[in-house]
Amino acid sequence: MNDLSNLYEAILNGDNATALEVTKAALAAGTDPGSLVTDYMIPAMDEVGRRFESEEYFVPDLLLSGRAMKAALDILRPLLAATGAQPAGRVVIGTVKGDLHDIGKNLVAAMLEGGGFEVTDLGTDVAPEKFVEAISTKRANLVCLSALLTVTMPAMRTTVEALKSAGVRDRVKVMIGGAPVTAQYAREIGADGYSENASAAVALARRLAIEAPHA
Amino acid sequence: MPEVSTPSSYRTLAIPDVNELVFGQAPHPVQCGFGLQIGAGSVFPEVNFTLPPIGISAETWPEILGQYEEMATNIIRRALSLKVSGLVLEFELLPAMTETPEWGAEIAALLHRHLAAAHDKHGLPSALRVTPTDIRDQGKPPQLRKGMHFERLLRSFELCIVAGADILSIESVGGKELHDRGLMLGDLRAIVFALGVLCPADMHWLWNRIVSLCARNGHTVPGGDSACGFANTAMQLAHQKMLPEVLAAVVRAMSAVRSLAAFEEGARGPSKDCAYEGPILKAITGAPISMEGKSASCAHFSPLGNIAASMCDLWSNESVQNVRLLSGNAPEAFTETLIYDCRLMNVASARGAALTMRDWLSASDEFLSPQAAVLSPEATIAIAKAIVNEEDEYSRTVAAGRAAVTILREGAAHRGLVLSKKEILWLDRIESALDSLPGSAEELQASLNEEYKSLFLPESYGLQ
Repeated sequence: MNDLSNLYEAILNGDNATALEVTKAALAAGTDPGSLVTDYMIPAMDEVGRRFESEEYFVPDLLLSGRAMKAALDILRPLLAATGAQPAGRVVIGTVKGDLHDIGKNLVAAMLEGGGFEVTDLGTDVAPEKFVEAISTKRANLVCLSALLTVTMPAMRTTVEALKSAGVRDRVKVMIGGAPVTAQYAREIGADGYSENASAAVALARRLAIEAPHA
Repeated sequence: MPEVSTPSSYRTLAIPDVNELVFGQAPHPVQCGFGLQIGAGSVFPEVNFTLPPIGISAETWPEILGQYEEMATNIIRRALSLKVSGLVLEFELLPAMTETPEWGAEIAALLHRHLAAAHDKHGLPSALRVTPTDIRDQGKPPQLRKGMHFERLLRSFELCIVAGADILSIESVGGKELHDRGLMLGDLRAIVFALGVLCPADMHWLWNRIVSLCARNGHTVPGGDSACGFANTAMQLAHQKMLPEVLAAVVRAMSAVRSLAAFEEGARGPSKDCAYEGPILKAITGAPISMEGKSASCAHFSPLGNIAASMCDLWSNESVQNVRLLSGNAPEAFTETLIYDCRLMNVASARGAALTMRDWLSASDEFLSPQAAVLSPEATIAIAKAIVNEEDEYSRTVAAGRAAVTILREGAAHRGLVLSKKEILWLDRIESALDSLPGSAEELQASLNEEYKSLFLPESYGLQ
């Protein structure tokens, strides 16, 4: 009998190969793919997030865990789709127009993927209309905007306004983050939330996703 | 564009004696601008300033020009009031000002006018450093050697030279697309390939062109580059507890090899303020350097506040927004801070106490952070020697990394450097990873996985 706690441990330790091996063996033994995700993989990533929050883990530890999770999830995704299972949310993420910084945005994207979200990363210097387009094509219910420069922060407001003009603002929740950004600024521009760091972004996304169920 | 220089690799140190490596003194001073000599005995303030939150567009442009007018006026007023013996203004273009090169050049001309007037009326020795943004990394993978962004960057350099730039710099980003991923995954193979192969290849190519543009003009000094997008990224992530400090320290040491490439192409200094690897460059090349530390806390925090000053020739505040403080606007306030920092160093030099002050500056930070431990005068010389003892840039990068690991181990064992368990675990991992690297850059490239290979275009680096 395959010990499924090894899947939890493999994800916790960022051990890609073992995560894959245990997942394949579990499926061969007839284990329900949904239970692999909910009983082992998401709890493992929650523990990773906790260790990161408490400064027991660095980002590389966190990302390697996320990769192990994703590798296992890639095998499970078609099976989950067949059962009608949905991701935790569909996220469109990008650094706003005029800003080329992407490390913080990449971290948030990786953490959200690890947290069971389906993430579309639009990259850096993303024009408002690209966010608008991606919301429709990806059936997103969450939009994450990142900016590192004070001079590019206004592009967050422009993007939120573009979502309103295009008539898609009500379909999504908007989260913002980045060094110069604050919760107050989020309120000022009409965003739904602000996160100070990547792991808090997952908790925020989970809360907002409940308020904006995806299609 | 004609090739103007042949890369010449440094084989010895310009400053082999640690007692010669001190602030204000460089074997090869730089004369530039309005009668300013940098590295010839005095440390001068280098003031850097930027806009408060404001969109940059044709509509806001008059307001933006007004902001720069105000900043230049205030900074020079404070400099004159405090009888500074020399001043450097640095204008770091924002991305939009490089995308529209005429905008950046207009502000460069504005600042040049202010410095010219201060020189004419008051005899203030000064220089204007202009640093266009490296906007070449917008594609994924980035196309570094051709295309619209590259053309605009070159045009920005050309126009800023005409507008009156005395020193040209850039924080080039070639290799960052791989380095960022390597940092995030803590993978030394990707980090070393980026720092030791991709970065130098791009730096040689780019700096050859910058030096050529300066040579055509004859007035503008090719200053230097910075590993800001590499080692400072690591430093900031370590500051936020996202990366191990020991990794940031090792990356700092290794990053000196890529920043050295600018000098191999003909840069003369002063290197960029945010290049904390500057002391290593100074030891190798003898060129003056700009540094930033405690008086740059307006821009970012660091564990290097004092030690960064110990070997500097220009002392910078990195960047400050034009916002109102109780005393006045922030750029003027930080001008005063820098001037007082410089006064103290210059009095120490005048009284023959520069080495004592250097050692105090260094000792006050050295073993409180791994990142400071690799930047003491002794560590600087050790890393610089490790670099020049190797032939190629890949081997130099690995050697610098190993030297940093040795310094950190020595510091932890005998000098009071405190490393947490998880930092020690990462130091072990880093050492093991450095030891297991292949013998050549070609072997390392061949061993990179497909994910890494997909991040960069070999042709952007002249690779197969």
